[in-house]
Amino acid sequence: MLKSKKRFKRTVGELLFDLFKVLFILFISIVCIYPFWNIFVISVNDGQDALRGGLYFWPRMFTLENYEQIFQRKEFLHAILVTLSRTLIGTPLVVLNTSMLAYVLSREKLIGRKFWTLLFIFTMYFSGGMVPYYLQLKNLGLLDKFVVYIFPTMLNVYYMILIRSYLYGIPESLVESAQLDGANDLKIYARIIFPLAKPVIMTIVLFASISHWNAWFDSRLYTNSMDLKTLQLVLVEILNQFQTSGTNGASLAQKAQLMSGVTQKSVQMAAVMVATIPIICVYPFVQKYFVKGIMIGAVKA
Amino acid sequence: MKSAKQTAGRAKYAPHRSKKKLALDLWRQRYLFLMMLPALVCVILFNYVPMTGLYISFVNYVPRGEGFYQDMLSAKFVGLDWFEYFFSTDFGIVMRNTLCQSLLTLLFSFPAPIIFAICLNEIKNNKVKKAAQTASYLPYFISWVIAANMFVTFLSGDGVINDILQALHITDHDILFMQEGKYFWLILALANTWKNIGYDAIIYLAAISGIDQEMYEAAEVDGATKTQKIWFITMPSLLPTIMIMLLLAVGGILNVGYEQQLLMGNDAVIKYSDVFDTYTYRYGIVNGMYSYGTAVGLFKSVVSFAFVAITNKLSRKYAEVSLY
Repeated sequence: MLKSKKRFKRTVGELLFDLFKVLFILFISIVCIYPFWNIFVISVNDGQDALRGGLYFWPRMFTLENYEQIFQRKEFLHAILVTLSRTLIGTPLVVLNTSMLAYVLSREKLIGRKFWTLLFIFTMYFSGGMVPYYLQLKNLGLLDKFVVYIFPTMLNVYYMILIRSYLYGIPESLVESAQLDGANDLKIYARIIFPLAKPVIMTIVLFASISHWNAWFDSRLYTNSMDLKTLQLVLVEILNQFQTSGTNGASLAQKAQLMSGVTQKSVQMAAVMVATIPIICVYPFVQKYFVKGIMIGAVKA
Repeated sequence: MKSAKQTAGRAKYAPHRSKKKLALDLWRQRYLFLMMLPALVCVILFNYVPMTGLYISFVNYVPRGEGFYQDMLSAKFVGLDWFEYFFSTDFGIVMRNTLCQSLLTLLFSFPAPIIFAICLNEIKNNKVKKAAQTASYLPYFISWVIAANMFVTFLSGDGVINDILQALHITDHDILFMQEGKYFWLILALANTWKNIGYDAIIYLAAISGIDQEMYEAAEVDGATKTQKIWFITMPSLLPTIMIMLLLAVGGILNVGYEQQLLMGNDAVIKYSDVFDTYTYRYGIVNGMYSYGTAVGLFKSVVSFAFVAITNKLSRKYAEVSLY
């Protein structure tokens, strides 16, 4: 009698937990995915029709007009080019530079290893701040030049720590035997360490390329010319056109556009999609490495 | 020959290392130093040289076009005037916003990934588990530009949230969430949580996967339920990780970001959105008050360095105790 009561309690508790678990995971997944879906739906729907509202799950009037519109804007296309170049140039450089540094600092025999390590790690905790940094870039003559996206981002101490913790897991004997074979450190790094560290390198490639792709603040801060604006900064400007007019309820700008098939909002959503789609396409394929890389960093840190 | 070199390398830790030996060791490590060189140049140019620029927070720096250092050194020394000015004007409001945004973020973004990781771990179907996890860190990878716009759009007068609230008859008029300061901290906290939950959960999932499976098996033999196993095995095993993450979060309490505030904020809510970094940006860069901006930045750097140093020490202590 007593026993059966206890068992009943248990099953109720478990049932409740199972229910909670499923609902919670469902909730998080929906909250993380749905906004993207909603934007997608608006971006492929007729602009005027979207103004009627109620566009939640499926496009009512399918059209690609919004995308045609956004790809006709020269400044938008140019911004894609800028962002693409900084991503393609900046990512290999930061990965190379940071992984070399990680290898050097992982060598126990390095003269002054403690000093060098501290020198780099200290910068994670203390900095000159935004203004002196800005003035330094000015002194170096980097302001308003494309290289301002590349040089200052070439070193990332956090990436270095992630790579270094991974390198600690590579047996020392591999390096030693290579040294006995007469290989120098450059060769050891290029032929042995770099290929073995592939999971963490891929993680850093993902991080670095996404941070280049998503960058807008450095573009606003350090550049003035129209043709140096990054994709995300142009996106900020495109989106702000809406915010200033849209938040006060009925917007004149929207009404003015009613004449044409597309509206400002639908074009904006198309622009957001263009900036998002590359990320959605890339990260599921790299996530195998990415999870592994973070876990190693997390366990060791 | 080679092995002799090896032993020689090991002997370099001997107390009486001659200069000649040091030179030899340096020569032997020339490739290592060559590989460190680019990073060294970067760290000096972009980290240490800017630190010397902190001096302008003690002077009245005005660029006269004679070069940065000439201008800086010839500028009038004002001592702590900029700091005093900050403390007597906007310090209170900026500090309040920073702390409130940070603590409110912590309130949501700290427990959420723990619960998410535990729930995810209980899912037996690998495909579902993977799909949910992949979904959860999509927000981490998109830019704040897009994330902020989503929040602004969804919370706008004709946005989804207002539609839902009106459908549920919670309110009968459009609530302009982004126009009222009282909502801003909460929105920011939720946005931060939304963006980071998947990423933070990875760390807890790693910790859970490190738990000895025999404990669960033993508990099962003893007739423990699922909830009991979570409460008495998973949670205590996660505690060290949780403590370290909490300490790290407290250490970074003044770093609440600036992108999200700049992108989600507007003039109507600036009394609630302004934090140290946005304040520094506005005064130091946009308004060109270099010395003042530097002073505010320096204050923040010093205080947050102290926070990090204290919590790091604590976490190291705690980590040692908790491991053995």
